[in-house]
Amino acid sequence: MSYIPTREEIIEDHDNVVYERTCLLTDNPLSYCPGCGHGTAHRLIMEVVEEMNLQADTIGVAPVGCSVLAYDFMNIDMQQAAHGRAPAVATGIKRLMPDKFVFTYQGDGDLAAIGTGETLHACNRGENITVFFVNNGIYGMTGGQMAPTTLPNMKTATSPFGRDTESMGYPLKITELIAMLPGTYYVSRQSVHTPANVRKAKKAIEKAIQYQKLKKGLCFVEIVSNCNSGWKMTPEESNKWMEENMFPYYPLGDIKVPK
Amino acid sequence: MATVKGEIVVNTERCKGCELCVPVCKEKTIAMSANLNSKGYHFASSINDDCNGCTNCALVCPDGAITVYRVKLKEEKVN
Repeated sequence: MSYIPTREEIIEDHDNVVYERTCLLTDNPLSYCPGCGHGTAHRLIMEVVEEMNLQADTIGVAPVGCSVLAYDFMNIDMQQAAHGRAPAVATGIKRLMPDKFVFTYQGDGDLAAIGTGETLHACNRGENITVFFVNNGIYGMTGGQMAPTTLPNMKTATSPFGRDTESMGYPLKITELIAMLPGTYYVSRQSVHTPANVRKAKKAIEKAIQYQKLKKGLCFVEIVSNCNSGWKMTPEESNKWMEENMFPYYPLGDIKVPK
Repeated sequence: MATVKGEIVVNTERCKGCELCVPVCKEKTIAMSANLNSKGYHFASSINDDCNGCTNCALVCPDGAITVYRVKLKEEKVN
């Protein structure tokens, strides 16, 4: 019978750590609701930046929305843009400092509603930036109103009987839309609700960061996430609902990979 | 017999009690504490010694509240 170390013996030796919070996240408590995918998405991006040793060369652009305070949580150089204009600001930063790694972090109200023009044109121009897009199908920060990405028949604060596609149109698949443009180089859709999906999302984020160095075009990673407060569910229920309803409409996987 | 032994340390002030770590733990090591942290959330805590350090809980934790440790157990040779 071998000797089994006690809990105190295991945790006092820092060499035994197999996973800990990255130092590129600040100690500020995240402003997100319990169970929100934003926290995981922040952590994955910062982990990849740390592993690639890019923290001194990274400039992030924060959006308007739930993640407006991303600059408080990410311990790198950040800039906050006007609503939806993050790709335009990132374009300017990247053109002035082409050697830096520039990314935007945006939600669906920011990227797919008010910022559609900026997003589409930044993608069409093939700017060498990386866009991280967190899609939860709702305006989370303002109280759960209907967004362009809201699913048909989904109840929100402004569509209490469900989204009626006759009067309100169809959910905007902006990721498929921009994948058709020749200016984009790598387009992928991931989620962060299970350990397996977290690992896949991290791989996609790694690729999106590596491909920026090639200067071949814009890299875009969509992260389908939950909004348990907006959807009025517990975090676990909302993840299940997301699997059953969001994934059929927003299928996961790489949409455009470099040849 | 298990050849590895893991331990988790939960930053109880950072934990928001979302319970996402509970279903992903295959060893059923994590449960929500009956106690509250200063924000009023029931935080996650380790309830048994079965942890194998798989890091699943830490991967899905949105707040990065979990640190995972793992040691390899040394087996004695049987002659």
